[in-house]
Amino acid sequence: MEHETLEQRLHEQGISRRSFLKFCAAMATMMALPPGSASAIAATLAKVKRPSVIWLSFQECTGCTESLTRSHSPTLESMIFDMVSLDYHHTLQAASGHAAEQARDDAMKEFHGKYLLLVDGSIPIKDGGVYSTIAGRTNLDMLLEAAEGAAAIVAVGSCAAFGGLPNAQPNPTGAVAVSDLIKDKPIINISGCPPIPAVITGVLAHYLTFGALPALDALGRPKAFYGETIHDRCYRRPMYEQGKFARTFDDEGARNGWCLYELGCKGPTTHNACATTKWNGGTSFPIESGHGCIGCSEPKFWDAGSFYAPLPAPTADIASVAKTAAVVGAAAAVIAGAVDRGKKTQLQQSLVKLTVEDLKGD
Amino acid sequence: MVTQEILLWVRGTGLQIAVAVFVIGMVFRMLHIRMLGRKKSLAQARGSEWSGGLRTIWKRSLVSTRLSARGYFTVIAGFIFHIGFFVTLLFLSQHIDLIRAVLGLHWPAMPRGVIDMAAVLSIAAMVALLVHRFVDPVKRLLSDFQDYLTWLLSFLPLLSGFMLLREIGFEYITLLTLHIASVELLLIVAPFTKLAHMFTTFMARWYNGAVNGFKGINI
Repeated sequence: MEHETLEQRLHEQGISRRSFLKFCAAMATMMALPPGSASAIAATLAKVKRPSVIWLSFQECTGCTESLTRSHSPTLESMIFDMVSLDYHHTLQAASGHAAEQARDDAMKEFHGKYLLLVDGSIPIKDGGVYSTIAGRTNLDMLLEAAEGAAAIVAVGSCAAFGGLPNAQPNPTGAVAVSDLIKDKPIINISGCPPIPAVITGVLAHYLTFGALPALDALGRPKAFYGETIHDRCYRRPMYEQGKFARTFDDEGARNGWCLYELGCKGPTTHNACATTKWNGGTSFPIESGHGCIGCSEPKFWDAGSFYAPLPAPTADIASVAKTAAVVGAAAAVIAGAVDRGKKTQLQQSLVKLTVEDLKGD
Repeated sequence: MVTQEILLWVRGTGLQIAVAVFVIGMVFRMLHIRMLGRKKSLAQARGSEWSGGLRTIWKRSLVSTRLSARGYFTVIAGFIFHIGFFVTLLFLSQHIDLIRAVLGLHWPAMPRGVIDMAAVLSIAAMVALLVHRFVDPVKRLLSDFQDYLTWLLSFLPLLSGFMLLREIGFEYITLLTLHIASVELLLIVAPFTKLAHMFTTFMARWYNGAVNGFKGINI
């Protein structure tokens, strides 16, 4: 069974061609594509058969799905469900139990080698992966099976992309990212906790239009969205340059919109599009609401010290180490001093006293 | 290992190692030198060791008026470097954040323009001193590997710090990692090289001054 085209689908739902073109223009702009590509996206998307998408949710909190679905309707993000045929998704599908698993099996067989595999959540591999199972099967087993027939894999959210919260120390379940397990498929990481809905949509639009994944950075994230840091595009950047920092969340600096660096903002080391794409239908992003960036789209962000400790602050206890080191250094010096003194005494004792007779010599 | 993980390491374990080596090394060397000990002088004191010691520490921190042109260049460039270094170290707001996080102490930061100027002057003075070391035959003859190593280890934190502040050349995260790593390298090497002068200078001046003070000599 081939899926209908996106244009047919939108037409059925009463979405006008004008809205569709606006969507395509927005996608092209977000991904920094040339102006002419909006019409190319529109032409291609209109004709393309909606691909089968299997969405596997593993060790996760459903925040990524919430992020995508709870945005106000109708939004660009909601169109993701018109662009693809979502054949399996725990949270969103009506089917349950064996029927749900059957839907996944059917889609995997029918669209083998063609379906897109979206994964949110990390995969626990310790003790054979028993810490997270679906229908009696481990996440590890299910991922390996589904990845085998996938055209490409999209790791949605920081857990699937980098291991996320489950991977934080001491990582009791041995949680890993999709890219730690799958090496022979194209993987795109859309990190964030949760990721920006428009980024997911943008990547899918790109994939459908050009038949390939967009340009990725060293961490497998689309450069169009993760090419710059939050700090690079932050509207409070001039305050940083001027050295104007809020010291508490309610001081005069905070009220005047000064930089939140000293309150732990991780914007300078975080690559994401929050400062430009924004959240909640373009309303704002965390820094605009007066809270620093927590760096959620970067690997190991849970282990990078307190969200409220500034970037220069150490992530480990330095004072105790220094105190212990001072005691060790002093003890070593006392021992070395005693050895020196011993040598000195030994030398003094071994001195042969010269007498006048010795000097006279023979 | 990705950049974030390297940054995490230099902010945590790496810094712990560097601080441990620095403190053990410095405490050991300073106490060890102190414990070499001197025989108690049986002569009657003709002046105070304390005032002589403190006076010499202070007086040798001033620019002597009896220097050659070469001497003036070295001393003044040295002063500019040291002052710039300490201004950036102690009065940049990010450094105060670090001190507050470790020791709980804090004080007002200097404006960013002043810090920029101090850093640029300090970097320029270091470069001038290096060039002079190459050009001047006497200095060149006196210099050994350790002089160039300690120059480099002092220069890297300054340069990477300034680049970080102005985000020149690389991404913030890369520059921050390089900056912290360069400081850690400096901390690890300092106790075992001429960089230990950050403490021994004062000990040596005190010792000379105290000996003279005891004898009642005012220098």
